[in-house]
Amino acid sequence: MIEFKHVFKKYPNEILAANDFNVKIRQGEFIYVIGPSGAGKSTFIKMMYREERPTSGEIKVNDYELQKIKNSEIPFLRRELGIVFQDFKLLPKLTIFENVAYALQVIEKDPETIATRVNYVLDLVGLKHKVDAFPNELSGGEQQRISIARAIANKPEVVIADEPTGNLDPDTAAGIMEILERINGEGTTVVMATHNSQIVDQYKHRVLEIEDGKIVRDQTEGGFFQDED
Amino acid sequence: MKISTFKRHVVESLKSLKRNGWMSVAALSAVTVTLLLVGILFSILMNVNKVASDIENDVQVRVLIDRGTNKKQEAKLKQDLAKLHSVSKIKFSSKEQELKNVIGSYGKEFKLFGGDDNPLNDVFVVSAKKPEQTVTIAKEAKKMKHVYDAKYGGASAKKLFNIVDNIQKWGIAISFLLLFVAVFLISNTIRITILSRKNEISIMRLVGATNGFIRWPFILEGAWTGLFGAIIPIIIVDFGYVWLYGIISNSLASTGYSLLTPGVFLFQIDTLLILIGIVIGAIGSGISMRRFLRI
Ligand SMILES: Nc1ncnc2c1ncn2[C@@H]1O[C@H](COP(=O)(O)OP(=O)(O)OP(=O)(O)O)[C@@H](O)[C@H]1O
Ligand SMILES: [Mg+2]
Repeated sequence: MIEFKHVFKKYPNEILAANDFNVKIRQGEFIYVIGPSGAGKSTFIKMMYREERPTSGEIKVNDYELQKIKNSEIPFLRRELGIVFQDFKLLPKLTIFENVAYALQVIEKDPETIATRVNYVLDLVGLKHKVDAFPNELSGGEQQRISIARAIANKPEVVIADEPTGNLDPDTAAGIMEILERINGEGTTVVMATHNSQIVDQYKHRVLEIEDGKIVRDQTEGGFFQDED
Repeated sequence: MKISTFKRHVVESLKSLKRNGWMSVAALSAVTVTLLLVGILFSILMNVNKVASDIENDVQVRVLIDRGTNKKQEAKLKQDLAKLHSVSKIKFSSKEQELKNVIGSYGKEFKLFGGDDNPLNDVFVVSAKKPEQTVTIAKEAKKMKHVYDAKYGGASAKKLFNIVDNIQKWGIAISFLLLFVAVFLISNTIRITILSRKNEISIMRLVGATNGFIRWPFILEGAWTGLFGAIIPIIIVDFGYVWLYGIISNSLASTGYSLLTPGVFLFQIDTLLILIGIVIGAIGSGISMRRFLRI
């Protein structure tokens, strides 16, 4: 469960990237975040895992109230979220295998379980043959898929993906969407920022549209989304 | 922490050392140079200390007997010396023995003075109970019959002692300074290598690593840098010391003063260098990365 209440975010350069966000995302939902470049999609997403802090307002993610969370609790919040970063954020000096394994090592899984799981998710994104490569030896699309593999490796309750198909051809993008659909089917919440209207049309889900730091549309497949309270 | 996690940290720290290439080499070189300086300075200081205490504890007075004194007179002199209450021991050394000592320390040329040409005196080597009593003993002995002269470390020792004292004072000051420089240099180099990895650290935080989990490999990497950085200084100091020890202790032999024997001393200094390296390396990287862990 993710909830934003009257969330404002003003960057030091006076840009208002979030202007009174009120959003509630329930467990198991699939939601797109759309809008033009610079609208505030990444800002919205970054506030969920506390890379950015809101200027004011309340954010709740699972059981964490982010305005009250201690610095030392942040890693534990992030472990409940699988994050696909717009700029991938792979560790440059670790191999592909080690990059994905890292997310499992931090939660102290034993080495055999890690190896099995890493191979499984790398197979899922179609990059098992790249285990020993380093990130700079991969194409943009390949790095993006590694970032996705890392995000889903520890079976998080929520997957937050910022443009996960941004660098992919239609076929590969479809493959990624199949993976996201599947884990969503298993009960994982998926929040996905995207520019790809074709995908939004093809795989129908709730759509949150941001423009210039304001939420201008919050729509389920059908009509406007009805907030219970 | 699980054992498998600790193992992971150890493996990770070694891999990282290797993958950081030139950065690691730079940090290692800084450690090597600093530890070498620490090692050399420390060896000098410890030995100056040793010689200083040898000098301080030198309790001998050499009583030179007039040439032509007969056995009976010598025995009488010995008795008189023994009566002085601060005397603990008296040893006789004939002029032939004295010449041998001279040849031993100054060279074979002095063999010319063998046999009847020997210009030296027979000597009573008198030991005082306490170092400060040597002066009185020498004075008393000079007044006795058949005594040509009585010498103690005296003037020359005092001069030497002054020099040693200065070296000690400056040495302590310099070694504090050097230790300070070592801490600064090592932790600074390591800080620069970590600075370049700010980005990595922030990614680690973003994928759910706790500060402890991030910190361990860095601290271990710092410790390895310190440990590996100590290798060359240890080799140089060990071989260098053994070599110099051979040369210097030869020329010191006749004075009765001596340097620290290499065995135990080198073991101590090696341990010290390793410890300084590891501790400063680990602490240096621990401190340097602290501020990147607040993201
Ligand atoms: N760290 C920052 N400091 C200052 N301004 C920022 C910062 N990050 C984002 N902004 C600004 O905030 C606004 C929203 O940026 P954001 O990254 O959220 O957009 P976005 O919708 O994700 O765009 P895109 O589709 O290009 O990824 C932009 O005007 C951007 O310039
Ligand atoms: Mg963005």
